[in-house]
Amino acid sequence: MTDLIDRPSDLAAEPPHGGTHELHDDHHEHHGPSGILKWLTTTDHKIIGINYTVTSIIMMVIGGAFAEIIRAQLVSPTNTLVSLQQYNQLFTMHGSVMIYLFVGPFAFAGLANYLVPLQVGAPDMAFPRLNALSYWLYLTGSITMLLGFLTTSGAPAFGWVGYAPLTSAINAPGAGADLWIGALLLTGFSAIFSGVNLVATIFYLRAPGMTLFRMPIFTWNMLVTGILILLAFPVLTAGLIMLYCDRHFGTHIFSVSGGGVPLLWQHIFWFWGHPEVYILALPFFGMVTDIIPVFSRKPLFGYRGMVFATLTIAALSLGVWAHHMFTTGAVLLPFFSIMSLLIAVPTGIKIFNWIGTMWGGQVIYSTAMLMSIGFVITFLLGGITGIYLASPPLDFFTHDTYFVVAHFHSVVMALLMGAMAGLYFWGPKITGRMLNERIGKAQFWFLFIGTQVFTLPGYVVGLHGMPRRMAVYPNNTSWQTLNQWESIGALLIGISVILFVVNIVVAWKKPVIAGDNPWDAHTLEWYTTSPPPHHNYLSLPPIRSERPTWDFNHPDYPALIHGTDHGPATTAATNEKAEV
Amino acid sequence: METVALSHGSSVADTSPKRRRSARRALLLALAAPVLLTGCQLPSFGAYEGVSKAGNDTFKLWQGFSIAAVVIGGGTFLLILWAAMRYRAKGDKIPKQTQYNIPLEIIYTIVPILVVIGLFAATVVVENEVVANPTPQATINVSAFQWGWKFTYPHHKAVIVGQTTQSPVMVMPADEDVRINLRSLDVLHGFYVPKFNFSRYAQPGLLNTFTFKVTKTGLYDAQCAQLCGLYHSLMYFKVRVLPRDEFNAWLAREDSKTSTATAVAAAGAVDAALNPNIPTIPATSHGAN
Repeated sequence: MTDLIDRPSDLAAEPPHGGTHELHDDHHEHHGPSGILKWLTTTDHKIIGINYTVTSIIMMVIGGAFAEIIRAQLVSPTNTLVSLQQYNQLFTMHGSVMIYLFVGPFAFAGLANYLVPLQVGAPDMAFPRLNALSYWLYLTGSITMLLGFLTTSGAPAFGWVGYAPLTSAINAPGAGADLWIGALLLTGFSAIFSGVNLVATIFYLRAPGMTLFRMPIFTWNMLVTGILILLAFPVLTAGLIMLYCDRHFGTHIFSVSGGGVPLLWQHIFWFWGHPEVYILALPFFGMVTDIIPVFSRKPLFGYRGMVFATLTIAALSLGVWAHHMFTTGAVLLPFFSIMSLLIAVPTGIKIFNWIGTMWGGQVIYSTAMLMSIGFVITFLLGGITGIYLASPPLDFFTHDTYFVVAHFHSVVMALLMGAMAGLYFWGPKITGRMLNERIGKAQFWFLFIGTQVFTLPGYVVGLHGMPRRMAVYPNNTSWQTLNQWESIGALLIGISVILFVVNIVVAWKKPVIAGDNPWDAHTLEWYTTSPPPHHNYLSLPPIRSERPTWDFNHPDYPALIHGTDHGPATTAATNEKAEV
Repeated sequence: METVALSHGSSVADTSPKRRRSARRALLLALAAPVLLTGCQLPSFGAYEGVSKAGNDTFKLWQGFSIAAVVIGGGTFLLILWAAMRYRAKGDKIPKQTQYNIPLEIIYTIVPILVVIGLFAATVVVENEVVANPTPQATINVSAFQWGWKFTYPHHKAVIVGQTTQSPVMVMPADEDVRINLRSLDVLHGFYVPKFNFSRYAQPGLLNTFTFKVTKTGLYDAQCAQLCGLYHSLMYFKVRVLPRDEFNAWLAREDSKTSTATAVAAAGAVDAALNPNIPTIPATSHGAN
């Protein structure tokens, strides 16, 4: 287990207990403090990654609870379950918690923290203490935001985008809004530090042989995400400081009365906000791109195309922010339209590459794979409806309606399926234990069907003219029916989250030991133990392709670059036997 | 449609080069016919047809996008399902380790680019029509405020003001270019008339002008679409489109009414709200109902 040559190549045959016990002892040798003190003082990327993942999942449950209350309110047109003000607070906090505290931190700080050093063969992140700081900033930021509910004026009620001048001291008095600004500053710095760490780790800590074009796609996407974070988040931070100055120091950056320009906030916000959409999405693209090949038992189809598609998406994402502002009448419509439409091209390449990976493969219907397929289908729907919104005339009559709500919920619910795929796939690596597949598949069907039942009526009711952010709506039978379907969808999604929690408890109480590589996976992290030892690797396999663990376990099955030749992946030894 | 079918029919019999060319043109026409004669045959894909010329062209653009979406999106969806179901694992065999197919990858890069160019071209045509601001035959000044609307008519005394569920009615003439000068007196609002297939932000410190030419008279529901604070969900208004003579009669009636007590009271009630410096209806004074 400590040496490359002694290491058994058939990992499934390994006795379930041996590896993990050894690891346990190993773990104690390297660490001073134990118990809670270990978790508080750690700079180990794996523990920080788990901290991030667990915290962000708790945030998802909180944000999801807000969503369920919102959907309960909308079951009837003039429901009085919550007041108008409470409703405005709920959707503001639902969006804020989900975007700022769940989706992003889960992906670019949670799983990425855990996986990127493993995937590039590094012992830790480049700046472990900065990494720890990043987590504590995120945790304090999250608590700060939620504290808004405890203030006398309540949580902020101006939407997660906080459009000026609704955020001014006059329109949004009270500490709730200030706590929101403070929370975004804290989590914003946390994200920037994560970005620094990701980029530095990927550029400087790769193992020998791990060239850029041998990195797993998840790591590639995290590199691009890290760069996007560094370009976008400082802009939001600057905007938030301006907003705080407006509220408390008498500046008039966003208020007309003092000669300011409210529209400036929208430009600043979306200059961060649209790259942010891809900062959220790219990690999940990366996850399913690593998962689909494993459960198709094939290499990723079009690996290089996938990398260039990611780079193209990132580049285009910096030039599309004003497509959120078509109805302001103050932006150059054709430019932002064509830039937004063009994003469909690299996104389409990704979808075709995922199809190409499954094509001719041996597709195994594990929970992680079902979640990944669900991700692709749901993302396809969100992507197609996004193309409509990139066309200004079509955006004019769908903007600020439930059509848009349904569009981005198709996208983010796809991301949630990606998150679940990631948890079912890498969970065994992180905990050393398998999640139950039966519960997992039940969870998938609840999540997948629930998502469609939730979003599809939204498109229809949006086209009928129902604006978003409505606590009450006109007494209209068809609107009510469509809203009730949406609420049923939300309920199914809620059940899927409960099933996930049940699955975690089952794995906790009745452990099923995972072993090092339960999925016969491809990338480097599956070579080490589950969970990996302190500093991750006791030895490394030769890295000759983007599938080092596969190459090690299946030297007879290298990737066929053009269907015939053997490509750079093969060593001299495997070349002789590479007849497939 | 008929002529297209006829020319197509006659070209089949003759195969001289000239006829073949015309046959090809006829075939193209036949293929394009459903698109050219849109509206009646194509499904609405859930959207409103639009009661103005620009709104109706927006609707046709919507149909065009929807056809592309159904064909490309539906095809891709079926490919995903096919790949996942046809290649479901049987046994423990390791499949062929194919990694690249460069010609195929080039095709599925080029084709989407062409589709995007087509969609963009159609977008630009309709967009130019929608945002065109021709010299109007009538003008209405629209002011949005928390939480209501005020409609005034330049050179006329008519003032229509209403808050939240009072649903003030904006009256406009049919079949004429009507210019809307839209602004907000406090925060962002959204001027959204679903059946016009159009919406625009009302913004403080920024005048937005646009023009409608509504071809169908009637009363249309409308409301604020952009979150504007506590009573956002109650900020309704309506648009009444009248023939020109009825519009003139209405305008004369309203002009004579402006001295009455109700109009003064209504104007007074919102006057303070109209001043962006002195917000008289801050969210706090209402609390959480």
